[in-house]
Amino acid sequence: MGAFGDIGYGLFAIAIGIAVSLAVYKGLDLLVNLFSEKLQKKIRALGFLLPAALLLVVILLIPLVQTFYLSFTNKSGKEFIGIQNYVDLFSSPEFLGILLNNFLWIAFVPAITVAIGLLVATLGNNVGPRREKIFKSLIFMPMSISFVSAATIWSFIYVFVPPGRPEIGLLNSIVVALGGEPQPWLIIDTARFNSFLLMIIIIWLQAGFAMVLLSAAIKAVPEETIEAARIDGANTVQVFFQVIVPQIRATIMSVFITVLILVMKIFDIVLAMTGGQFNTSVLGFEFYKQFFLNFNTGAASAIVTILTILVAPLMWIQIRSARKQEALR
Amino acid sequence: MRSFFDSIRKFKLASTLGLIVLVGIWSIPTVGLLITAFRSKDSAAATGWWDALANPFGQDWTLDAFATVLERDGMLQSLISTIVVAVPSTVLPILIAANAAYAFTFIEFKGREWIFGIVVGLMVIPLQAALVPVLRGMVWLKKNLGISIIGDYPGAWIVHATFALPLAIYILRNYMMTLPVALIEAARVDGASYYQIFWRLVMPMSIPALASFAIFQFMWVWNDYLIAFIFVGDERTVMTYRLLRLLGQYGDGWQNVAAGSFLSLIVPLIVFFSLQRYFVRGLTAGAVK
Repeated sequence: MGAFGDIGYGLFAIAIGIAVSLAVYKGLDLLVNLFSEKLQKKIRALGFLLPAALLLVVILLIPLVQTFYLSFTNKSGKEFIGIQNYVDLFSSPEFLGILLNNFLWIAFVPAITVAIGLLVATLGNNVGPRREKIFKSLIFMPMSISFVSAATIWSFIYVFVPPGRPEIGLLNSIVVALGGEPQPWLIIDTARFNSFLLMIIIIWLQAGFAMVLLSAAIKAVPEETIEAARIDGANTVQVFFQVIVPQIRATIMSVFITVLILVMKIFDIVLAMTGGQFNTSVLGFEFYKQFFLNFNTGAASAIVTILTILVAPLMWIQIRSARKQEALR
Repeated sequence: MRSFFDSIRKFKLASTLGLIVLVGIWSIPTVGLLITAFRSKDSAAATGWWDALANPFGQDWTLDAFATVLERDGMLQSLISTIVVAVPSTVLPILIAANAAYAFTFIEFKGREWIFGIVVGLMVIPLQAALVPVLRGMVWLKKNLGISIIGDYPGAWIVHATFALPLAIYILRNYMMTLPVALIEAARVDGASYYQIFWRLVMPMSIPALASFAIFQFMWVWNDYLIAFIFVGDERTVMTYRLLRLLGQYGDGWQNVAAGSFLSLIVPLIVFFSLQRYFVRGLTAGAVK
């Protein structure tokens, strides 16, 4: 049985992998202990840091610099061609279309995700703890689903069956029931309609994440501030937008930026749903396509360098605000 | 005086109804998939899944689709591969990061804050930015030195572990900084070595943070497609990769796609519903990834 052979190999591999790494730390400790007391003090930290440092330098830092260099090389990555890759990219209508798609994702997905998260968090606050827990679990559940699985789930909703055969896609069935014609949804790129269909999937996946963080923030709003506003005659809507929202602004921003970063790097959904066809490609997918389908190392590196330059400042803001919050704690 | 939250109790019914609608919309896609996984090829092609829901007794419920994807499409092999990729890819970064975080928290050395700053900065990098050179390096190793970590599990372990390190070190250090320093100093006075203190005191006391990160990382690796596709590849195909191929053959019947998806979902769902509290905590801490 191939499968059971795999189990044996797998268990063996897991055991060896973990044993080796434990042995490395024990070995480093013994090695450090060989030195004189004075020297030990100086190199003590190395015994604990070395494996992490080695991995980060070899697998992350050096490759990062290499990618930057490769973005100035040709298809095979062997010949230096200056900024030609960037010139080619920015003068190609296809690539500008990709940037437009990325822009649309950025413009719609984070805001809608936060809005839905806020709605569920607010409603959940009104229904009592037991119901709230059940409802929130169900909204949050997609968060544990992979992008590829989510794509299969939603393909099944968007599926188009040629007329004449029974309709099994949910969306087309609804359209037909309302008297319309079934549509090949994922092919319709008028006004980038198909990209919006893909965005719905990410909103579906991420709303639970927004809800969990925002719900915790709403519960932490001090009740005195709300009561004070009530005494001053504010109605529920006013209380929500003028008292609660300002006090959870930091959390809203943090959720917004987190989803924004995720959306900028979006890749799997596009791969699984459309393979980047019909004008749905985005930067993350284009990198994959250039490298694995076109074997164009230079262009792939240039695309991922552009992506890194776009994402890095955002993540930096995120980390800084995370540190600020810690400082307050 | 009635508080705000009391006075909106009258909204309880409206809120409940609103949530039922939302939860309904949110659950429909998954429910459709789960139902389809248990249908026969003929009925899945003949009627929508909602039809089966409306008339549950007139259906030919079957486990055929599961048998097909497990055996013919190799989902069983993929399930095993995914576990073998995911377990070390979770344990290794935790072990390595805990050691590093320990040094960053409890051992004085030159340039500590500065180096930690670089580690935090590395969280900023999208992982695709390092993939091409790492892949080329591993291919070079295989061609010239015959070391084949690519196309097998170790390649994915190393890459997953490394990309998880910055975040893991950051989270674990933050946690370790809340541990009582006096206890550790007392152990030093009693003659315990740094190595012993790490294993006997710091690791056991850090279990909540280790668990949160472990669940976050496990789900991340389990659901990953890109790294598994690049570094494990065809030989030991993981479930996301296999599922993507199944999706390409939906002409074979949606029940197969659904069953494959069900199989890849089930482990994350079990983890999610049994360890939700830890997952949420890990997610909150890992929000920068």
